[in-house]
Amino acid sequence: MARSKTAENYVASTSVRKGNNTLRFLLPFIVIINVLLLWFFISYINLFPAYALPSPVAVLKSFREEILAGRLINDIIASLWRVAVGFVLSAILGIPIGLWLGEHLRARQAFLPILNFFRFLSPLAWIPFAILWFHIGDKPAIFLIFMATFFPLVLATMSAVDTIPSIYFRVAQDYNYKGIELLTKVTFPAVLPQVITALRVSYGIAWVVIVAAEMVGCQDGLGYGIWEARNGLRLDSAVCYMIVIGVLGMAIDRLLNQLTKLPNVRWGYER
Amino acid sequence: MKDKLTKSRLILENVSHSYGAVAVLNNLNLVVNQGEIVVLVGPSGCGKTTILNLLSGHIKPFSGTIEREGIIRTVYQHDGLFPWLTVSENISIGLRSVEDGSRSKNELQELLKLIHLEDFKDHYPHQLSGGMRQRVELARVLAGDSDILLMDEPFSSLDYQSRLRMRHELVRLLKERPRTVVFVTHDIEEAAQLADRVLVLSNRPATICRELHINAPKPRGVTDNIVNENMNEILKELGLQAFHDNSIN
Repeated sequence: MARSKTAENYVASTSVRKGNNTLRFLLPFIVIINVLLLWFFISYINLFPAYALPSPVAVLKSFREEILAGRLINDIIASLWRVAVGFVLSAILGIPIGLWLGEHLRARQAFLPILNFFRFLSPLAWIPFAILWFHIGDKPAIFLIFMATFFPLVLATMSAVDTIPSIYFRVAQDYNYKGIELLTKVTFPAVLPQVITALRVSYGIAWVVIVAAEMVGCQDGLGYGIWEARNGLRLDSAVCYMIVIGVLGMAIDRLLNQLTKLPNVRWGYER
Repeated sequence: MKDKLTKSRLILENVSHSYGAVAVLNNLNLVVNQGEIVVLVGPSGCGKTTILNLLSGHIKPFSGTIEREGIIRTVYQHDGLFPWLTVSENISIGLRSVEDGSRSKNELQELLKLIHLEDFKDHYPHQLSGGMRQRVELARVLAGDSDILLMDEPFSSLDYQSRLRMRHELVRLLKERPRTVVFVTHDIEEAAQLADRVLVLSNRPATICRELHINAPKPRGVTDNIVNENMNEILKELGLQAFHDNSIN
């Protein structure tokens, strides 16, 4: 019977997955250990002078120093806050606008060139305007994050709507889905897997941009930390900030990745 | 749940349709009576699906009139289920017009039982086999107050054995919940097994070139004489029987 066959396939695929799990975690761990050993080795034989390539020990010391001084935690919170606000703002505006543009051919034709134009403008080009309009503090950084993520999100959502199989809309018509209900119960869930992917990509952009954004017009934040380390020629401290930026970026991406495990979006990744 | 037939009828009168310069239908007349299973067969591209789209109202005819009486639902070839909804939620779409909450809950349970998928009610479509998915589609169109089912090659994406099983399943479901059915297929065997009336369509622009009434009781086996006889008739009409005769000579 079809019923038992599907159940068997299920069991088979989960047990194969479990067997691969140990290796899946072990392999990246081995690579990281080796990269660290290489770093140790290069700084041990003094291939580069210590001020140009800080040793792992120096970086560990500066970690201790930054944490004890309270700077690191403060900078982490400042950066996370700016990215969160800018990113949430652009998601709240970008996704609905993308849905609307996806559904209206004329509007899409009208707005596509200008959206593309702004997408290709590096967000860093907005730095002078950001400072002039929003002075210093959180606002210019939030503005830059918004400019960096809004356009990719709108465009990704819009093209996702464009690729919805027409059969879903026929079924929706058969069962009288109209207006806002059509949007929230058919169009949006149909693009949700792609929107989640777009969110992950644009979050990546946001995290890259925040470092540059905080180098000007800010008095704290991870980007400011690196800038200050550069000014003081403290590359050990810069590396310490770089490690924090990389690890935090990965951690938040893992969080966003949890969204792809929601049962009502699994279909978008499994077939 | 509707387990009795209510008034339903479909009438096409002098309907012609064309896509650009290509005439698809030419003065087609068709009356589908209440409770009847009408199967349309014909060469591919002859306009079978166009007829279904006209009946459902998705497209308007170039000329002629179409009368519809009753609530119409369509079963699609595949992918007609929303992949972001579970089996239960997909079937519940068919119950949207039912306002009484407890009635719709009961009906959902009945339908799940009817298609033998109670254990799969929380599964998503991509976790089911093709046959199971089509059973869910059948449950959805049978839900609520539907009167007429339009079926567009609903089993054509299944393997042969699942197809045979689904034909029996459809006959069984229609015994419990009678509906008026217009069924489009290229599968002559399917037509002979399921139909009360087979309409053989000509090449484009499509006209009805043969009408066969099959009165034998259902379910009908693939090897039943009545099925074979009617298959022969349809094949002859489609000009396919000739190949068979030649190959013997």
